[in-house]
Amino acid sequence: MDLFEDEAPKGGDNAHEFSVSEISGAVKKTVEGAFGHVRVRGELGRVTHHRSGHVYLDLKDERASLSGVIWRGSASKMETRPEEGMEVIATGRLTTFQGQSKYQMVIESLVPAGAGALMAMLEKRRKMLEGEGLFDPARKRPIPWLPEVIGVVTSPTGAVIRDILHRLRDRFPRKVLVWPVAVQGPNCAPDVTRAIRGFNALSVGGALPRPDLIIVARGGGSIEDLWGFNEESVVRAAAESAIPLISAVGHETDTTLIDHASDRRAPTPTAAAEIAVPVRAELAADIAQMGARLGQLQRYAMDRRGERLRDLSRGLPRSDALLQGPRQRLDDLDRRLPGALRAAIAAKRLALSEHPLRPALAAVPVARARDRVERAAATLPGAFRGGIAQRRLALSQHSLRPAGLSERLRQERRHAERVAGRLTPELVTDRLRRLSERLAALDRLRETLSHRATLERGFAVVRAGGTVVTDRASAAAAAELEIEFKDGRLTVGQGGGGSEPPAAPAPKAPRRKPASKPEQPDLF
Amino acid sequence: MSETQKPVEEMSFEEAIRELETVVGQLERGDVALEQSIALYERGAKLKTRCETKLAEAEEKVAKITLDASGQPQGTAPLEG
Repeated sequence: MDLFEDEAPKGGDNAHEFSVSEISGAVKKTVEGAFGHVRVRGELGRVTHHRSGHVYLDLKDERASLSGVIWRGSASKMETRPEEGMEVIATGRLTTFQGQSKYQMVIESLVPAGAGALMAMLEKRRKMLEGEGLFDPARKRPIPWLPEVIGVVTSPTGAVIRDILHRLRDRFPRKVLVWPVAVQGPNCAPDVTRAIRGFNALSVGGALPRPDLIIVARGGGSIEDLWGFNEESVVRAAAESAIPLISAVGHETDTTLIDHASDRRAPTPTAAAEIAVPVRAELAADIAQMGARLGQLQRYAMDRRGERLRDLSRGLPRSDALLQGPRQRLDDLDRRLPGALRAAIAAKRLALSEHPLRPALAAVPVARARDRVERAAATLPGAFRGGIAQRRLALSQHSLRPAGLSERLRQERRHAERVAGRLTPELVTDRLRRLSERLAALDRLRETLSHRATLERGFAVVRAGGTVVTDRASAAAAAELEIEFKDGRLTVGQGGGGSEPPAAPAPKAPRRKPASKPEQPDLF
Repeated sequence: MSETQKPVEEMSFEEAIRELETVVGQLERGDVALEQSIALYERGAKLKTRCETKLAEAEEKVAKITLDASGQPQGTAPLEG
């Protein structure tokens, strides 16, 4: 077996040896023979109308692409003008292009075959991702107003990154991190997906600064050039990005699925840079203007307050005017004060003189009492001696032993004489004097407390049936009222006239009790 | 507002300019007390300085991320082009 296998290549050496032209010619013959007349269904990719009149185009589906050409003669006869994205059925033949080892289809007729299959697939994918909520407006993050670091996912060479950097520099220079990716071809989608996730994976404060904004950008191109940005992985990465993301893929009319998932879609890469940063010069002008306004406002606020203060102080009355009235009053009172004091003293003195203290009133009973005491004192020793005489008589009648008795009598006498010696009128008169003084004091107090003084001032006491009447209701209920003035009482009937009743009862009433004690009018 | 005041020196440009706008607005309404208006004015002046400093800091730095064979970032390189 080993032997045969080893010999197998050698066997190949024995096969016919083609020249390049020969093999190319053979392939051409085979291809043209086998595919001399074919109908191909596909979507038109890039379509180029050459100025020679020939039309070059691609036919494609999800996996393959077939180059085609429509010669001028056929193109002029065609009813439909071939356009990119059009689903067509092309009729023609295959041929090879020997010089470049390529094959192509020479298309003789072209008919539309409904909506592009590619587009249909795109639409299906869009609906699926939309159904998952990836395009939900609620998912969209606000674009930072002034990002510190901008991550750009694009090709490091070419016009796109230059446009972005140029516009950023014009507006507000920032730190930019470019994550290089292929922007078309099979690597495009995986590169872009990895770049978006990679930027998100950077930690804040790490070796590489984490961007606070991502721009995914690509210039214009055909639908298949931009196809990578329709890939599910890219769309998902964009939707999941925690860093706000601006998509700027293709021209304004091109819409790829990443545009639906991004937080903001920019029509062009340049527009993305404009969305990313404000214009620094405008900000500086704004700040300068605000600074100026700040100063103006502060001055204005001060001026206005100053003005208000001046207005208010003008409205404030002058201090001397304010004090004039009170001062005048003070002067007036000051002038009247000494006179008033004197008048008050005079009035008090008068009132005092109207209530004379009459010691004589007390003197009478005191004198009487003293008389009695003196009389009693005068009779006392005699009475005592009379008593002794009586006893002596009684004793003598009993005819006791005189010697013993007389001795005892002598003792008794001595004793009696001692007692009689201590008994003096002063014992009584002193006490009487003290009582008299106290009486006088009490009388003064009574006079002071008496309502009579009030009556002197013109007030009157109203009574009904001996009871003092202090309110109108009681007065109305009484049949008649007795009014006490300073100089006597007056009884008034409750008829209609008021002061009708004869004056006769008036003097009667006060006389009832005071008759016995004229100096002490009854309070009730 | 003034209770949770962040030190002006720690503010981002955006925070500073927002508060500057607020300060100017408050002074424009003119309903603040004199003492407060002076405090606002002083804070406004600080905020303005902060904004100007942040604006002056604006500088362009462009770098390209270098990737290793597996497509993981390795570092940065100047961007040629």
